[in-house]
Amino acid sequence: MLAACGHLATGRPDERPDGARHHPIAPAALRVNALSLRALTRRYGERTALADVTLELAEGLTLAVLGPNGAGKSTLLRVLATLLRPHGGEVEVFGNRLPAGGAEVRGRLGLLAHEPMLYRELSARENLRLQAALHGIGAERIEALLASVSLERRGDEPLRTLSRGLIQRAAVCRVLLHDPDLLLLDEPYANLDPAARRVLEPLIGRESGKTRVVVSHDPASAKEDSDLVLGLARGRPAFLIAAGELDDTALSQLYG
Amino acid sequence: MYGKGLRPLSLLTAASVALTLAAVFFWAPNDAYLGFLQKIFYLHVPLAIVTLCGFVAAGLMAVAHLRTRDPRWDVRSYVAIHISLIFGVVVLISGSIWARGAWGHWWVWNEPTLVSFLLVMLLYATYQPLRFAIEDPERQSRYASVFAITAGAFVPINFAIVRLSPAFVHPRTLSNISGNLPGRMQAVFYLALATAALLWVTLWRFEMTAKHVAAQLRRLRKLLGEETDDAPVRRSAAPSLTGVGSIS
Amino acid sequence: MNPPHSTEVVRALVVAQLRLELRTFESLPAMCLFAVTTFVLFHFGLNVDRVSSDLASGVLWVTLLLAALLGINRIYVADAEQGGFDAFLLSPAQRPTLFVAKTMVLLAYMAVVEVVALPAFAILLLEPSLWNALPGLLGALALGNLGVAIIGALVGALAVRTQARDLLGPLVSLPLLVPVLIGVAGWTAPLLHYPQALAVAGRWPLVLALYDGIFGLIAFALFDFLLED
Repeated sequence: MLAACGHLATGRPDERPDGARHHPIAPAALRVNALSLRALTRRYGERTALADVTLELAEGLTLAVLGPNGAGKSTLLRVLATLLRPHGGEVEVFGNRLPAGGAEVRGRLGLLAHEPMLYRELSARENLRLQAALHGIGAERIEALLASVSLERRGDEPLRTLSRGLIQRAAVCRVLLHDPDLLLLDEPYANLDPAARRVLEPLIGRESGKTRVVVSHDPASAKEDSDLVLGLARGRPAFLIAAGELDDTALSQLYG
Repeated sequence: MYGKGLRPLSLLTAASVALTLAAVFFWAPNDAYLGFLQKIFYLHVPLAIVTLCGFVAAGLMAVAHLRTRDPRWDVRSYVAIHISLIFGVVVLISGSIWARGAWGHWWVWNEPTLVSFLLVMLLYATYQPLRFAIEDPERQSRYASVFAITAGAFVPINFAIVRLSPAFVHPRTLSNISGNLPGRMQAVFYLALATAALLWVTLWRFEMTAKHVAAQLRRLRKLLGEETDDAPVRRSAAPSLTGVGSIS
Repeated sequence: MNPPHSTEVVRALVVAQLRLELRTFESLPAMCLFAVTTFVLFHFGLNVDRVSSDLASGVLWVTLLLAALLGINRIYVADAEQGGFDAFLLSPAQRPTLFVAKTMVLLAYMAVVEVVALPAFAILLLEPSLWNALPGLLGALALGNLGVAIIGALVGALAVRTQARDLLGPLVSLPLLVPVLIGVAGWTAPLLHYPQALAVAGRWPLVLALYDGIFGLIAFALFDFLLED
């Protein structure tokens, strides 16, 4: 697995490892790239928020994004989520070039950000029903999702009466409602107790089997939870390595 | 590079202004009713026409900006509105002076073009505050373009509707005058109109050139290391060209 | 995956917004109260007990316009502050559906305010009978409300993501709404003539319909540029 990622980690798709090191489950050539970024640039006025980000991520794999505050991690997620348009370079999500192909791709991705993107005065069920309508799907999955995060009993109370942990669970339901293939997670477990984390992990963690991009401040969990790690410093990639190779020398490039 | 043709244009405009002033004061006949004061008409109406065309042009430039995403169109639109606003103030002041001389009040409500003009100015006066209230430069440009297009569409529609308003069933002076001008007055009027248009274009090009030069200067400074990307950027309502173009 | 049906999306958005309003009562009571208070202000300011014709239609429509301004800012606040824009932008729903939904919400708000304001106006200030004038008034109300709703939905989206949102909303809306005011006031004035209603000039309905149509199209086309980043 890591060997296959090795070729991905260098970001040079024409480099193939020798046959003996190919992943036993699927030959690299058949892997579809969930994400393909080439020299992605995003500016904020005269400042650069992201510059020259290049990577490829195959389906089913997890990319961790590390970096100090203001490095551009959230910006990267928002570009991938089609909320921000790239100012330079190329971005392809599931083979769709952004921003033109954004409409095709939106139904296949889910963004879990710092804010839950739910109306506080509405209940979890009402919020999810609105989401279902926006995505053009039926309300069938709502109950099952609420049950999987143990929110079904409090599903009719306005969100403002729920604790932060419960609101995060409702947000996860929102993200998973349309069964996306790509999960974009911005510090998903921040400020959550271990119990909450245990509830959410099977849904948005590695076991979910979905392609994931996870922004994190915790190098240790990044190492064990992901396949590929991108380090960003002031918008520029500092390193792009397999998770197993993440060590202090790499981290020092980020955090000094 | 940016100031190409600016000098001949300025000279032409200066000559045109001089010629127009001479024509207005020495060649055009005095109006039978208003006498000398009527000559303010040669300032007021041409400037008004040019101002409104400027606003509509800014709207078209904004359409180009939204379609091409080229920030230069936004700068052009911004400068166009800027120049037109300045002209517009002169229009309102000259209109007020004329109203005072003709009807005894500093403002009259029964002159449809004047009233429509006031509305348009009130709308465009919000352009700068709107821009200033948005920090993200790219969003600022985009929102400004949406505004410029909406406002640009508003200009002709507003004029039509105000004209229809019952108070203007018997419109006075302005429309009558520009319609039934005797020969010499008409000639001077068209000369004044051409001059106003030249003046607008010259000032527009001047400001565009100034902006290009300032941006080039900043780029050079950055190259020399005197300024870095991290320098705190002052909040501004004006679009910048620094991100566009290159050192050449 | 099928793209969502636009009417379904609009319906869901409108329901969500109205539900929010019913839970919080952030806007409607204030708008209604504001209208009634403004009538009182006009009484003292103009020093009149009863109004008819031009004065009546002017007082009524300026009051409704000012009350509408309160609503225009409010309809986007929840979206801006609670990430509603993002949630909408992340979905495959067509962008203009949000504009249509907000326009319908504003129409609903205006209707509610008018249910309160018209009787109040009749009681406090109006000279001729409101009841007799009502059929004609309804037409003016419909087209006038539509104009306010369209301009409001566009300008509200413009203003809400700026620093000075409470000021810019009214400031930018008002000049754009003056033609609507001219239209409805011109339409309503003969209806409120005392003692007898006069015939309505035929051009006002047409003028208003054209204004609503043109700006409706412009707003519909430009709305997308306000949402994206």
